[in-house]
Amino acid sequence: MPTTPYDRPALLEAHGLAFARNEEPIFGPLDFALHAGEVVLIEGDNGAGKTTLLRVLSGLLAPSSGVVRLNGEPLTLARLSPQVALLSHQAGLKPELTALENLRFAAGLHGLRPGMSPISALAGVGMDGYVDVPTRQLSAGQKKRVALARVLLAPVGLWLLDEPYANLDLDGIKLVNRLLENHANRGGAALITSHGAYAYTSGTPRRIPLRSQQGDT
Amino acid sequence: MKPGTTTAACAALIRRDLTLIWRRRGDALNPILFALIVVALFPLALGPEPENLRRIAAGAVFVAILLAGLLALDTLFRSDYEDGSLEQLVLSPHPLSLLLGCKIAVHWLTTALPLIILAPMLGELLHLAEPLRWLLPAALLLATPLLSLIGAVCVALTVGMHRSGMLLALLVLPLYMPVLIFGAGACNAAQAGLPYLAPLLWLGAALVLALVIAPLACAAALRISLS
Repeated sequence: MPTTPYDRPALLEAHGLAFARNEEPIFGPLDFALHAGEVVLIEGDNGAGKTTLLRVLSGLLAPSSGVVRLNGEPLTLARLSPQVALLSHQAGLKPELTALENLRFAAGLHGLRPGMSPISALAGVGMDGYVDVPTRQLSAGQKKRVALARVLLAPVGLWLLDEPYANLDLDGIKLVNRLLENHANRGGAALITSHGAYAYTSGTPRRIPLRSQQGDT
Repeated sequence: MKPGTTTAACAALIRRDLTLIWRRRGDALNPILFALIVVALFPLALGPEPENLRRIAAGAVFVAILLAGLLALDTLFRSDYEDGSLEQLVLSPHPLSLLLGCKIAVHWLTTALPLIILAPMLGELLHLAEPLRWLLPAALLLATPLLSLIGAVCVALTVGMHRSGMLLALLVLPLYMPVLIFGAGACNAAQAGLPYLAPLLWLGAALVLALVIAPLACAAALRISLS
């Protein structure tokens, strides 16, 4: 871990960030900053707005108020950031294509992390035995691993992972923790959501609690 | 850490879409079969007199191909939306409109182009008049990309909704009508021995306009659908 991560500008900053759907507040206002080398956990019950928060931070949704800054630059819908890799509930894998074909496409679309190839990314998530298997035939946990390989492959500093532990076995959970640790050590940062059943165990990650806003009034 | 080039991204997208269509090639035949069946039914309904059939031939082939295109339109973004690939496409560092332009081009190549090639044969089933044998494919060559581009914008708007088929048809049909009127109009004019170049030029002008505007509109519509 870099000794003084706070010297550099924050990878991600949120100021007064709030989101409301049809006038109904989903989360916020939130203020936080994410620096290189940090893994931050977003905690909240089902429906607390964790997924929505990640979609706002990735730029897929426009916040109803507040700003998101990536490396100091405000994020707008018209110019999404090339700095972010998002893992959402839908894995974004084509069932008809093999794991390798899916990753090759991702590499073409997002670029490659230096020193990495689709094959080595698959090996990095323990899927090197399934390179030529159509994704349709993989189990939910294996699909999650391929999706993680896609995140690993992208040349970005910021990972937004929505429930990265869901569907994974114990080995898989350890794998996610190892991937996150390595990513933080090489100067990346990650924001992960969890409803608390499993958590990032390396060190004591910072937590951002989200509380369900519905029924509060 | 820098992303790959936009050309590489477009090439990867085109290769992936072509592979997917090849793996689901049974589905890709649907529009062709549909157009063939519609055209083959006309002589059964109207009787086999060549004179009767010749009068409606160009228009009937045009309508059959337009409806076959409408049938295939929903597949343009549907599966990408459902499995999350569309999200990844939107999050890529490359211009979304360019990527969508590539997607629409592949869709046109695989759904409309085979029908254009088959159009003279479909026309033959209806005793298509001799001078229209080259004019009909030419008019289709201008009209079908225009239909694909207009359709793509409407699909992008409705892809986020459940059972959007009816809404899509309602949105798309009024926009398709001018294309049909100009395209089939050119064929009818040629059959009657009248000048037919003007409607074709109008189609060409509209196609150029749509090539520029539609991918941008499509990108904006998809961002709305995803939010």
